[in-house]
Order: sequence, then structure tokens, then C-alpha cells
Amino acid sequence: MDEVLIAIAVVLVAAAATAAVFHRDPLRQSMVLSLLGLFLALLYTFVQAPDVALSQLAVGSAVTPLMILLTVRKVKRGPRSGSEDR
Amino acid sequence: MSRPVRLWVFLVGAVLVAALYAWACFDLPSFGGDHHPYGDRAVRTALAQHTANAVSSVNFDQRAFDTLGEQTILFAAVLGTVVLLRQVRGERRTDPTPAPVADRVRWFGVLMLPVALVVGFYVVAHGPLSPGGGFQGGIVLATALHLLYIAADYRALERIRPVGLYEVGDAVGEAAYVVTGLAAVLAGSAFLANVVPHGTFNTLSSGGTVAVLNIAVGMEVACGIIVLLARFLDQAVEIEETAEETGAR
Repeated sequence: MDEVLIAIAVVLVAAAATAAVFHRDPLRQSMVLSLLGLFLALLYTFVQAPDVALSQLAVGSAVTPLMILLTVRKVKRGPRSGSEDR
Repeated sequence: MSRPVRLWVFLVGAVLVAALYAWACFDLPSFGGDHHPYGDRAVRTALAQHTANAVSSVNFDQRAFDTLGEQTILFAAVLGTVVLLRQVRGERRTDPTPAPVADRVRWFGVLMLPVALVVGFYVVAHGPLSPGGGFQGGIVLATALHLLYIAADYRALERIRPVGLYEVGDAVGEAAYVVTGLAAVLAGSAFLANVVPHGTFNTLSSGGTVAVLNIAVGMEVACGIIVLLARFLDQAVEIEETAEETGAR
């Protein structure tokens, strides 16, 4: 049973990581990265490393995508164009 | 360096790394085996130190010095971000205007904020007992606060987030770790040795310095990530270049 779960998680991780590489738009990439973080957390849980899974979930699927989103926004906004932002 | 030379340097390096990596992998114990010499020793020591979570025992007791290094990496990274993303000449701050938030999003934020905060504190406090600890709990706490940005707007977040205070908290958390280590030296032992009474097994106060260092890390990580995201948010929402300076550059 464990082996099946681990195999599924590995496949999901590989698929999400490949998708992250092939997406060219940073916005979509950050969402795929978030998904990759979730799958990695699943994998770590299945190989009995819940401490690492929690770190991965917090950093990989929340903080990193958020930082990418904010950076993209800053770059896209450019000088003097952000009057409609909140 | 010309293009073909660079390619060759890369190829030689890549082949060497691949060969060494494959060689090392063949010497690894097989996946999921029964023989765990290091794990057995680590668990035995964790139980002797009354720390229920063996991983926390390794992080904050048996290898506490490594964790000091990791914590300092985060501290230095946050410090670097603060310096790099500061407001410079030719940039000005504009007040962000509130944007309409969908009712469901608002309710989600309002309901999840207290839940996320409690989970964060729980994970930090139970570091010596169950999976999690200062690092994981600290990040949960830091991200929980930003639910307010999603539920309301940036100004609501700024009101409960005096960045200066969190910068102090970041430094205090980092310093508390070093001070705890030095206290062990003063007590006549080694730096970061677990000299505090270990308490009753599987209770919140067990583990001796594991519990103390865990809270120091929790404080440093929570405050550090909040400061880090505050700098990013400032840049994304408030700070903008003025047109004249951009042209002059």
C-alpha cells in the first residue's frame, strides 16, 4: 500500500515539476509551483517525514508563490501606472 | 570565454558530477530497509532527553548548532531583502486605494484568520512533541496574518503590522538562540548543550532547551517572514518610481 502511494506521489511530483519548467508565464508558473509544493508535501508524508512535509507545505506552496506573484506585479506595474491598484 | 569552451567546461563538469552521483547512489542503503544505524541512535538519545519528537531532538539538541546556522541564513536573507528593497531616491510612496472584496472572500479571511493563528501557535508550542516546530509554526503564523490582506485591504494589514516591531522580534529570536547556547557554556557545559531539566516525557515543558530554542526559532521565523513579505508588498503595492527619475537614469 505504502509503495503505491509513494509511486503515485512521485509521478505527481515529476509531472508538476515538468509542467513548472514548461510554463513560460511566471503567473501560471507560480500556481504550478504551489501545486508542486503540495505534491512534495504528500510525498514526504508518505515516506514518514511529516516535519519536512509541513515545512514544504508552508514554504513551497504558500510563501514562494506569493513572493513570485508580488514580484511579477511589481515588474508589470512599472513606473507611474498603478493608480487603480489597491 | 568563447561559446564552445564554455560548453566543454560544462560538459566535463556535468559528466563528472553525474558519475560521482551515480557512484554515491550505489553505496546508499536500499530504499525502505530495516537497518537504520543513525536513526536508532538519534531516537535513543531523543528518548533519553525526554523529547517525544525525535526530529526536534536532532534539530534543537543533538544538532542544535546546525540549526543556528540555518536560522542565521534566514536572518541574513531577510536583512538583505530589507536593504535591497528599501525606498530609494526617485521613488515615492502612494497610498493604496481600497478595492472591493467579494463577500465570500471576506468571510473566508475573517473565519480562517483566528483558526490559522491558533494552528500556528499550536505547531510552535508542540514542536518537541509532535511533527512541526518553530520553523513550520512560524511560517503558518506569518502567512496567517496576510489573510487580512486578502479579506480586507493593505491598509488593514498595515495597521496590525508595525514592521519595526517585527524587525526587533526577528533580531530578538535570533539573539535568544545564541544566548540560550551561551547560557549552557556559563552553566559549565558545551555551547548549546541541553542542560535544562528535561521535564516529564511528552508534556509541553519537556525536552529542556528543545522547547526554549523551538520558541526562539518560531519567533525569528514568524517575524522574519512577516518583514520579508512586508518589503515585497511595499514594493508591489506602495512604492513606485517617479517618471522624471526614470528618464534621467
